[in-house]
Amino acid sequence: MPVKIEIPSPLRDHTGGKTEVAATGTTVQIALADLVSQFPSIASKLFDGGKLRPYINLFVNDEDIRYLDDMDTAVADGQVIAIIPAVAGG
Amino acid sequence: MNVATLDFSIGLRCRVCGKLYPKEAINFCKDDFGPLEADYDYEAIARNISRAKIEKRPKNMWRYRELLPISGEPSVGPQVGGTPLVKADRLADALGVQNLWIKNDAVNFPTLSFKDRVVSVALSKAREFGMKTVGCASTGNLANSVAANAAAAGLESFILVPASLERSKILGTSIFGSNVVAVDGTYDEVNRLCTQIALKYGWGFVNVNLRPYYAEGSKTFGYEIAEDLGWRFPQHIVCPMAGGSLIGKIHKAFTELNKVGLVDQANTCKMYGAQATGCNPITDAVKTGKERHKPIRKPVTICKSLAIGDPADGYFAAKLIRESGGWAEDVSDDEIIEGMSLLARTEGIFAETAGGATIAVARKLIEQGRLPRDEEIVLCITGNGLKTLDALYEAIEPPVNIKPSLAEFESLVVGHEPIVA
Repeated sequence: MPVKIEIPSPLRDHTGGKTEVAATGTTVQIALADLVSQFPSIASKLFDGGKLRPYINLFVNDEDIRYLDDMDTAVADGQVIAIIPAVAGG
Repeated sequence: MNVATLDFSIGLRCRVCGKLYPKEAINFCKDDFGPLEADYDYEAIARNISRAKIEKRPKNMWRYRELLPISGEPSVGPQVGGTPLVKADRLADALGVQNLWIKNDAVNFPTLSFKDRVVSVALSKAREFGMKTVGCASTGNLANSVAANAAAAGLESFILVPASLERSKILGTSIFGSNVVAVDGTYDEVNRLCTQIALKYGWGFVNVNLRPYYAEGSKTFGYEIAEDLGWRFPQHIVCPMAGGSLIGKIHKAFTELNKVGLVDQANTCKMYGAQATGCNPITDAVKTGKERHKPIRKPVTICKSLAIGDPADGYFAAKLIRESGGWAEDVSDDEIIEGMSLLARTEGIFAETAGGATIAVARKLIEQGRLPRDEEIVLCITGNGLKTLDALYEAIEPPVNIKPSLAEFESLVVGHEPIVA
């Protein structure tokens, strides 16, 4: 059972309308690379010069990866990676 | 620009790439996820606004309506704003400065914090968009304001707060009939959940998908300061920071007043930010020269209204503070209580913990020589002390307790002679 990546509505144009994409990988970095290989047009939305854009937060099972091992955070089969726009609150 | 409806906003512009979006319920750029901000036809505003026109209007935030992103009459919060700018001479003496004012939104209407300003814009906009259900992620003051203003407007509301919030702020939300949801987690976790809910259900979350409109309401705090000083700017502003939006909007307000010709003076006001040491991502970024703040996973402070560990406008607030020539500081919980007490005892103003942080940070900046003692300083008080009593029960001495006896009373008063022996 692969990792599940939740796609927020603004990015669904790039995933053929899919709200959730199954990806393989043992870290967030590798799973996202697999997402990009399936849907190449999503790459420029998520990354700028190879780095995750500053206004995107990533969560593994609801935990912000910046408090884990960032892009090297380990993911296991069945876990959920959520891509969430960061500009909210206050 | 639409003269008939006085809506001079032209859309929402990405603060990262500059792309312009139509006026919709969206808070980030679809290209780079950058924050969207309301943009205006300032030339048209300049032609349609004047001091005389503003001064004839009722003393509330809507007297600056040309500079707010709504169409037609505001349908929520028509009486918000118009709070006092208090010349604080006794506090000035205590702090050792010459010219000090308090902008006092502890008495804002209807829920005693500056959040009524942002909520009235956001919910007026929600109604323009035809939304029936609204909500927010909140550290308390926003919860109170969304709940009250939604109730008055007949909107259904969902308010999500950290479960650890002060009881008075939760009660002061539930009373309005909102659906209050206490979440076991930090504010940032509540905020993330609200983004997921807003994206899924399309409800009007004031600080998520309505955020570009919401944030503009804070500008009226700045317009009022400038008008009450006689259409000019102070040299220094000290402002509490949670998400880091208000400090930027006060500065934007001054820049706009100059741009549309209401104030001749260029905006050279220096901006200073205040946080609690137990949650200081923005002040830390300023003090250590980081371009981007390092988020705080678990804030620990009595100052719950400022307890946002990952502030959405942290980057912009730190940049503004540096570029304006100001500075930022943070203070301990004990200093926050001392600040609340000092303000209460010198000016008769009971501010919440965030106000205590602002006063204590001002004192620290004055002692450091960063705030000049002989220049004009405005301190921003954004919420009411009656909402954060939890922070004070142990810190404030209980009253002396006596029997209803004159002798017992007289045993307490020393140095007062009776008028009749």
